[in-house]
Amino acid sequence: MNGGLLFLLQRATALLLAPLVVVHLGLILYATQGGLSAAEILARTRGSLLWGGFYGLFVLAVAVHGAIGLRAILGEWTRLRGRTLEAVTLAVAFLLLALGFRAVRAVVGVP
Amino acid sequence: MRAAHRHHPGYLAFLAHRLSGLALALFLPFHFLFLGTAIEGEAALEGALAWTANPLAKLAEWGLVTLLALHLALGLRVLAIEFLPWRGPLRLWVGLGGGAALATGLLFLAASAR
Repeated sequence: MNGGLLFLLQRATALLLAPLVVVHLGLILYATQGGLSAAEILARTRGSLLWGGFYGLFVLAVAVHGAIGLRAILGEWTRLRGRTLEAVTLAVAFLLLALGFRAVRAVVGVP
Repeated sequence: MRAAHRHHPGYLAFLAHRLSGLALALFLPFHFLFLGTAIEGEAALEGALAWTANPLAKLAEWGLVTLLALHLALGLRVLAIEFLPWRGPLRLWVGLGGGAALATGLLFLAASAR
């Protein structure tokens, strides 16, 4: 994978994630007041195009950002190199995408 | 002398940013699996939520919220260093980042204790 492209993708997703994380942290602080309940969470998210779009974008950005970040750590702190490192990076990205979109589907309720 | 750089605030910021990112990346699949239980319906998600009532899970939640805030603050520092001409005093930025993360963690504790 092209190092320059990965660098740009990592920074672009960071810029995208910054406001998303601020909103997510704000929502956590708001929603956890008085404890969390499944009914409360799902009442907010079920059928919501806004939260579906918000968290869909979040998953996309975090899958790319997380996979590239892990790639940098593995490349510097372990002996993983070359094709093995690329394969692990892609596997992490696909795992985060698959599990992330499944979670969004679960709470938003899109069939 | 070789390890002197490790006491530099820039190195500490780098290490905290990297380790918080690593912890968040390792946590994410579990977070997604947890939320994914809602596919089975509200009761399944409620069952998963009941598990988080134990003190150890509360401690982990607090840690993750704090780490997310810390990773955000230190990530903004990296973006500012790379893309902005302005250079804030390093110690101040690291201090502000750590302080903001700690404050978010404390707010989370206060909110969830209500």
